[in-house]
Amino acid sequence: MLNAEHTQGAHVGAPRSRVDGRLKVTGAARYAAEFPADSLLHGVIVSSAVTRGKIKRIHTGDAKAQPGVVEVFTHENRPSTAWFDYKYRDETAPPGSPFRPLYDDEIQFSGQAIALVVAETFEAARAAAMLVRVEYTPADHATNLDLQLDEAYVPPKKRNGIKPPPKPRGDAEAAFAAAPVKLQNEYRVAIEHHNPMEPHATTVVWKGGGKLTIHDKTQGSQNSQSYVTNVFGLSADDVEVISPFVGGAFGSGLRPQHQLFLAVMAALQLERSVRVELTRDQTFTLGYRPCTIQQVSLAANRDGKLQSVMHNATAGTSRFEDYQEVVVNWSGLLYDSPNASFDYRLAKLDTYTPSDMRAPGATLGVFALEAAMDELSCELGMDPIELRLRNYADRDENDDKAFTSKELRACYRQGAERFGWSRRSSKPRSMREGRELIGMGMASGVWEAMMQKTAARATLTADGKLEIACATADIGTGTYTILAQIAADALGLPLERVSVKLGDSSLPKSPVEGGSWTAASAGSAVQAACDSVKQALLTAARGLEGSPLANVDLDRIVLRDGRAEVAAHSSAGLAIEDIMRGAGKQKLEAEESAAPSKTAMLTHVGYTHSAVFAEVRVDEELGVVRVTRIVNAVAAGKIINPKTARSQILGGVVMGIGMALEEETLVDHHLGRFMNHNLAEYHVPVNADIHDIDVLFVEEHDEMVSPIGVKGLGEIGIVGTAAAIANAIHHATGKRMRDLPITIDKIIGA
Amino acid sequence: MSPSAADASASVGAIPIRITINGESHALQVEPWTTLLDLLRLHLDLTGTKKGCDHGQCGACTVLVDGKRINSCLTLAVMKDGSEVTTIEGLAQNGDLHPVQAAFVEYDAFQCGYCTPGQICSAVGLINEGHAQSREEIRELMSGNICRCGAYVNIVDAVEHAMAHRRQSPRNPEARS
Ligand code: FES
Ligand code: FES
Repeated sequence: MLNAEHTQGAHVGAPRSRVDGRLKVTGAARYAAEFPADSLLHGVIVSSAVTRGKIKRIHTGDAKAQPGVVEVFTHENRPSTAWFDYKYRDETAPPGSPFRPLYDDEIQFSGQAIALVVAETFEAARAAAMLVRVEYTPADHATNLDLQLDEAYVPPKKRNGIKPPPKPRGDAEAAFAAAPVKLQNEYRVAIEHHNPMEPHATTVVWKGGGKLTIHDKTQGSQNSQSYVTNVFGLSADDVEVISPFVGGAFGSGLRPQHQLFLAVMAALQLERSVRVELTRDQTFTLGYRPCTIQQVSLAANRDGKLQSVMHNATAGTSRFEDYQEVVVNWSGLLYDSPNASFDYRLAKLDTYTPSDMRAPGATLGVFALEAAMDELSCELGMDPIELRLRNYADRDENDDKAFTSKELRACYRQGAERFGWSRRSSKPRSMREGRELIGMGMASGVWEAMMQKTAARATLTADGKLEIACATADIGTGTYTILAQIAADALGLPLERVSVKLGDSSLPKSPVEGGSWTAASAGSAVQAACDSVKQALLTAARGLEGSPLANVDLDRIVLRDGRAEVAAHSSAGLAIEDIMRGAGKQKLEAEESAAPSKTAMLTHVGYTHSAVFAEVRVDEELGVVRVTRIVNAVAAGKIINPKTARSQILGGVVMGIGMALEEETLVDHHLGRFMNHNLAEYHVPVNADIHDIDVLFVEEHDEMVSPIGVKGLGEIGIVGTAAAIANAIHHATGKRMRDLPITIDKIIGA
Repeated sequence: MSPSAADASASVGAIPIRITINGESHALQVEPWTTLLDLLRLHLDLTGTKKGCDHGQCGACTVLVDGKRINSCLTLAVMKDGSEVTTIEGLAQNGDLHPVQAAFVEYDAFQCGYCTPGQICSAVGLINEGHAQSREEIRELMSGNICRCGAYVNIVDAVEHAMAHRRQSPRNPEARS
């Protein structure tokens, strides 16, 4: 096995264990709250007990009098920060006025941070925080989306990077009226919280002279850095954000969160190092997947050909920002329909602003569409895969562009075969074992294959080692590993000779890690930087006195096993160390950036696709659902590391199972408050909930979607999973579940 | 001892305890309200043990106390006077990964790595208990450790592999009489 690793091209496409694995299994990987600092202070946040209103008085005397307490910050004594909204707007912010912690006496949502108690020890700060007493003047609040539907509006300002709904095509209403087979349904998905295992935290290390090193839980070290410099009026030279490990985020680390603001504020004011960690229940005051109500109408001819697709959605947002995501557009591009219309609205609620959560928008919209397609297949008496094949879209009608590649047919075929779809009886309630009803369902998944301009640096040193650097983050996605693989192959090195530095704002520029774009973007940048180093190395090699490569064309020289050799015979060549020494180089370094091809994107658009198959067993008396098998067939371009790639899909599927059956942030609308703000009552899948999950990647060659042919995998695994499960539950029980999560009460009650 | 541990020892009401952590004996003064988890993370800079909820709901803080897996966030440090604690930092021997650690790397049984120390300590505890015989039982008995990255299938593979390895191995790395 080791020998194979030492030849060129050995790493990309091969399963490799994570290069950061050892650090993670030994506890040596440090996360945001784990960086040490001399005489570190601890901050504990006091959260508002009312949902809306004003702080009449806030009594901090008792807290301040506690031993070890250094300061209690409130809106009354906070240091001044930037005035304008735009200073608080990070690179992922929706339009609006971002939340400003401790800004004034106004309460905008339940759990809002209203004070920070800073003490010499965590325990002292925690105890003192309980002594802060607050008098409120409460005001009326609205948190129930159902009651705000009349007030829903089309967002006047589009969120950067979010495509608005496509223009209507044909006459969807008339075609719906005229079609022989049709359905019109409402679908709902509850609020969900990301709940990464690492609660949000920031450690600010005070370096003296106003210089800060910040360890923040973030998907974008440079995004956090510019937020801090903008809000506190600091120079970028004085603020470095270093976050090499992130304990999961799923979107919750995209926006700088309020613990970053509070920790920096306290550190600057007290001129000491400060750490602020959120408790698990306080993490429920961050963004979330918004409650979304959707209507999908489908109409088809008797042969299954779609005639009309109408998809409308209304989602909650905060009073102060118009959070938007792509919910309905998927219905315009997954299937071909001559008539289609779309509508996406927001309604204001007294909550914090929602945020991107794994496959934002797509999980919701594709759930509704794919559940509706399943119903249509039943209406037509047609196999669900057959219905999808009859309406297969060969072109993206939304943007009127060709797909860079689309192997969804192969996903259906290979997924169905692996799953044993042919064993499915077409009738609902027709498969049973003991008291369990067995159901099989499927759904398609889709996510945009995006790429963002990203830079990376490659540094080859005289000892033949290569260091890769990029500011992007690895939140568990496997970025460290795939970048090492790409770099090792580019310079023909064993993996052990490549090191990768990420998650540091001082490194080459990268956007936030998200949207599944990191592998394509950072990967292409690393490829480009390594190619430049390779050019310089080979040029140096040919220029050496008596070089065996002197008269060899560059394209006939290969780098393998740490040597530059003539492609045909490996005896003529030079070790990298010898080239470096001969050329008198301590290092060869290149920084390059990669960006999507503007010309290709004029005519083409890239999407990742999947076909998800689910088998469920439903206890008829108890209503308990077990998802006993999932097969997820994914077409995502080139797979750099089948091992970590599979894990990405497994993780998406598991979260999709959670979405289908368990996850729901319950709101007490009377109090305007999330009720189940802990991991005992907000149910996420545990080990016993997860049975067999089989992931397969179909071959998909795509030279257009990104320079390295990669599409990205972080989101696609969750898309379609909930629909496949809901469809399987229908197949098992004959009951249609259009409201997620599908909890026992809904199954029993239906 | 770290400076913060010295601070803790100076405060009123601190209680002396002796506790062995990863083979090293510590004489400490701890506040009665300091959890074992906070003692490890905040006072001894053993940050490998994670805090995911502080309420016994996630398993991220799992450590081995006298060979048994417990949630260190639900345990006051003073309660463990005289105990032997093994954290994730204490599992590898002379730079060699513990078989469960090695299996986690091999089977890609984690992504972000934040639940991982707790999963591994829990798996070591599970194997010590000797109850789990099947994948089904591993799933059930590992369900106190949440992995939000969803690595469960690989966690079960890794634990199953480590269990089989232990049965085959003549020199049982876990054996403590
Ligand atoms: S931190 Fe102890 S169980 Fe979650
Ligand atoms: S690896 Fe991220 S929570 Fe388990």
